[in-house]
Amino acid sequence: MAKVFIYPTTSLILSDLVARFGHTPLSAALQIRDRIQTPGLESPPLQITPEGPKKGLRWAAVEVPSGVRGRMSLYGPMIEEAEAAIIINNPDFSFGCMGCARTNELINFLIRKRKVPILDLEYPETDEEGVEFVAAIKRFLDDLNGGAA
Amino acid sequence: MTRVRIAQLSCGPEYSGVQKEIDAAAAAVDAEIFFPDLKLADLKQSYDEFGLDVRSPDLKLAIARAKALVEGRIEADAVFIATCFRCAEAAIVRNELRRFIHENSKLPVVSYSFTERTTSGTLLTRMEALTTIARRRALLAREVQQGLTMGIDSGSSTTKAVVMRDNTIIGTGWLPTTAVLESADEAIRRALSEAGVTREEIQAVGTTGYGRFLVGDHVNADLIQEELTVNSKGAVFLADAQHGPSTVIDIGGMDNKAISVQDGIPGTFTMGGICAGASGRFLEMTSKRLGVDITELGPLAMKGMSRKVPMNSYCIVFGTQSLVNALAAGSTPEDVAAAACHSVAEQVFEQQLQEVDIKEPVIMVGGTSLIQGLVRAMEELLQTKIIVPHHAQYIGAVGSALLASGFIKGD
Repeated sequence: MAKVFIYPTTSLILSDLVARFGHTPLSAALQIRDRIQTPGLESPPLQITPEGPKKGLRWAAVEVPSGVRGRMSLYGPMIEEAEAAIIINNPDFSFGCMGCARTNELINFLIRKRKVPILDLEYPETDEEGVEFVAAIKRFLDDLNGGAA
Repeated sequence: MTRVRIAQLSCGPEYSGVQKEIDAAAAAVDAEIFFPDLKLADLKQSYDEFGLDVRSPDLKLAIARAKALVEGRIEADAVFIATCFRCAEAAIVRNELRRFIHENSKLPVVSYSFTERTTSGTLLTRMEALTTIARRRALLAREVQQGLTMGIDSGSSTTKAVVMRDNTIIGTGWLPTTAVLESADEAIRRALSEAGVTREEIQAVGTTGYGRFLVGDHVNADLIQEELTVNSKGAVFLADAQHGPSTVIDIGGMDNKAISVQDGIPGTFTMGGICAGASGRFLEMTSKRLGVDITELGPLAMKGMSRKVPMNSYCIVFGTQSLVNALAAGSTPEDVAAAACHSVAEQVFEQQLQEVDIKEPVIMVGGTSLIQGLVRAMEELLQTKIIVPHHAQYIGAVGSALLASGFIKGD
């Protein structure tokens, strides 16, 4: 079982696919769930406090906007933990929306720098492409288990 | 109107840990922040129609939400636009949306660039102004002062009081702010004395400025109001520009305000300043270093040439260093005074006036508007004649006295 970073990290469909095929998804939803369930914090809606952007300094310098650094405090640890990654390029908003383009550029750079197995896919536009899209994800995830289904 | 509903168009506050601060600032003025809901199809269509091709999805969403507000598909009383400080893409969107909403609707709008250090206290005056414009349009429409009223402006540098009777200023009081309440008491005493009336005769009192709540409680004020709406009202009243568009610039002791006004009511405004180097405080320091009274700085600057002295007061410390270096290198006090005025005006121009639409007449108010060198520097930058009305330094107190007359019993 591998820890698989997904992009967009907010994609519930992608997170579900990774879990269904026997791996641990590294996704925003799980990170935010952890934060919301942590007692003692009260900073809705995401439970990110001003400490978040400070933690984000590990991945982005102080002159980088606070929103980027705050996002990196969420995604940075996931990137470092990742043993594999699935990246969907040009996804539809409904598939998973990553709010900040600068953060997205940094995430894509950092995950590729990790040299872990990466599946790069274009977002499907047709039913046929959709079927092949899911099949490609399944093949990639199976291969992470040494080919076992 | 019950709770004022403020639509938030933003990118990044929830990830910067400041959404809670925005919500708290709104709640403090009995307003609520909400995020306009859109259908996915509307989002794509609205964004395409707007025509600004940005890459960040949150900014695309902000654009679509702005379109929905302007087109009346979503109802709101005011709009708050917030994006990360130092993000160029967001700054472009923020400015364009502010302009778009201002030009195409009657919604009051304020834009702000935040960092993780932004607090609800920083946002409070802006939220208060937004809600006032939404909630008290009828009060702000008041053009004539009636009866016998008093306005008190408890500012960060100076405290001012004005007594008005039947649309005329009959007494003024001014002094540097030290202890807030004592300064207010003394300003009131002077204004009442000049007017020849007693406190008991005053029919209604209004307070504004940083100390407005404290002083307001102390004098049992009828109206306690932030300085953005009050100063706008005072400015157009004194400049006799109550109808049509105007722009009000107030370079204060601690921060600056630039307000785009329509019929005496603020439409868009900015408030702030990166550093004291862009405020009246730097001019105070300059006059001290030159060994002249602040009242002499203006005439001195009028005799000088700012171009002869390189000065950038982006930071008050470095600005003072430039000032000392220039004097040590043999520059004349006149040129240094002119350079200091130009530096302050330039920063207000670059940092704040870009965020409001400059519409004539441009009215400069507050104590710094009496420094002619500063007004000249601003005129050069804006390429327009600036009006400095009589009693410009009492602008907040005049606005308060004017608006307070709406609270006279039986009115």
